[in-house]
Amino acid sequence: MSDAAPPTLSARNLSRRFGQREVIHDVSLELRRGEVLGLLGHNGAGKSTTLQMLTGALLPHSGQIEICGFDLARQPAQAKARIGFLPETPPLYREMQVDSYLKFAAKLHRVPRTQIADALAETKRRCGLQDSGKKIIGTLSKGYQQRVGIAQALIHQPEVIILDEPTVGLDPTQIRDIRALIRELGDAHSVILSTHLLGEVESICDRVEIMHHGRIIYGDSSARMQQYGHQPGFIVTLLAAPELAELQAITGVQQVEPLSATQFRILHTADTDPGTALLAFAAQRGWQAKQLVPLQARLEDVFVQITENQ
Amino acid sequence: MILTIARKEFRSLFATPSTWLILGALQFIFAWFFLARLDAFLQVQTQLAQLANAPGATQAVAAPLFGTIALIMLMLVPVFTMRLIAEERRNQTLTLLLTAPVSSRHIVLGKYLGLLLFLLLIIADCALMVLVLAAGTQLDTGLLLSNALGLLLLTAGYAALGLYVSSLTAQPVVAAIATLAALFGLWLVEISALDSDNAWRTLAPTGHFQSFNTGLLNSADLVYFVLFSAAFLLLAIRRVHNNRMYG
Repeated sequence: MSDAAPPTLSARNLSRRFGQREVIHDVSLELRRGEVLGLLGHNGAGKSTTLQMLTGALLPHSGQIEICGFDLARQPAQAKARIGFLPETPPLYREMQVDSYLKFAAKLHRVPRTQIADALAETKRRCGLQDSGKKIIGTLSKGYQQRVGIAQALIHQPEVIILDEPTVGLDPTQIRDIRALIRELGDAHSVILSTHLLGEVESICDRVEIMHHGRIIYGDSSARMQQYGHQPGFIVTLLAAPELAELQAITGVQQVEPLSATQFRILHTADTDPGTALLAFAAQRGWQAKQLVPLQARLEDVFVQITENQ
Repeated sequence: MILTIARKEFRSLFATPSTWLILGALQFIFAWFFLARLDAFLQVQTQLAQLANAPGATQAVAAPLFGTIALIMLMLVPVFTMRLIAEERRNQTLTLLLTAPVSSRHIVLGKYLGLLLFLLLIIADCALMVLVLAAGTQLDTGLLLSNALGLLLLTAGYAALGLYVSSLTAQPVVAAIATLAALFGLWLVEISALDSDNAWRTLAPTGHFQSFNTGLLNSADLVYFVLFSAAFLLLAIRRVHNNRMYG
């Protein structure tokens, strides 16, 4: 995740028109090894179009895309062999068996013939498809079809994995499994993931880019995004509460607001954390501190705030 | 890469029950025509025997049968070509091919080869049926081979046109109807041209098949079919490439 890791994907100044309507304006993205990037946006913000351009399914009108140093327009074969893509609708041939479909996907992505069997077994294990090899794809449930779609994107061990709304339409357990899988993939590969589910970003992404009307309007680490326009602070419960002035006197505290007789909301500056000092005082002076909960901005609020600022 | 796609296409043709149904029905129709021809031949055989240069069994039974099959192919090929690209586009599976490290050329040629292999199977099937005649009479192998080759070239041309039409739309049914209309139109051009050296006649694939049907191996006809197929394949490659341009 360090900046020293080489970029596996870099896209510069992409723009794309459909007819006269320009849907993507000047989008630039960079992804490093071991990073999970969340592409966030409302429906119709241009997420899917951007991902299609990154995978070569759609040509941009201007801009340049490089995958592991290979230009997607000039050396498409080398560049595309390093991408695994799960589109919004998984590209599944319903009449095929899971095994033969995955083998076909492997051959298409130039996995050497001798390694196909191993790649197949490994991918099926990762995606929890061990028992579904002989099944016809059309007969599988939505969740399993999604897994086959993900397996198809992984089978050739690509450096860059691009997933377009991978958890849509799945039940909660499946969502949890797939998120765990993506997190695991993020360690060895680079992952781009588009979503409009903010919880997903919170739980698996290292970094967030927000798209709005075809532009990238915000990009930062997902931890910092939660702090966007947000005053740091915490809520503390003190069973034997002291005077407000005493709390106010602790270094770094900007504002103290009593929520009840025993609960206080304390706001502080971004660069100090008076929590430890407060707990130390509490132990010293017998305030009976019970709990201290940092204030978390809800990602939803932050998202709305960022998109509305535009 | 072309072979990978071709093999997948060939195998998925057999994965759908409708293929087997069509194959079965087709075999029945072919057999029916074959028997009817044979029956007619046997009835006039004694009279034919008195002629100086009488047509043999190959000319009287096999050649007309191949002519009929050529007509049936006109209706049959669109049924198989319609799915090639249109259905992939409708089911959004085309993305898999477009994002894989294969070029538009690989995609189109792979699909074409896969289907051609399948159509070859149907033609070989008919040839086998005709070979049964060898049990009772001497066959004119030259005529038989030129017929089989002509039929193969004709179907290859039809398949190329069908593949191109399929690449234009996202609805297999539209592709089937449009291909049928185009092929039917070309056939009409041929039969409505009264004069045999009419320029219109040279446009139609069926006209060029005629010479193969009579056992005439004309290089002009051969070149016509190769050009016909190549032209539509090139157009299809172009169209699939444009898919990346226009979405």
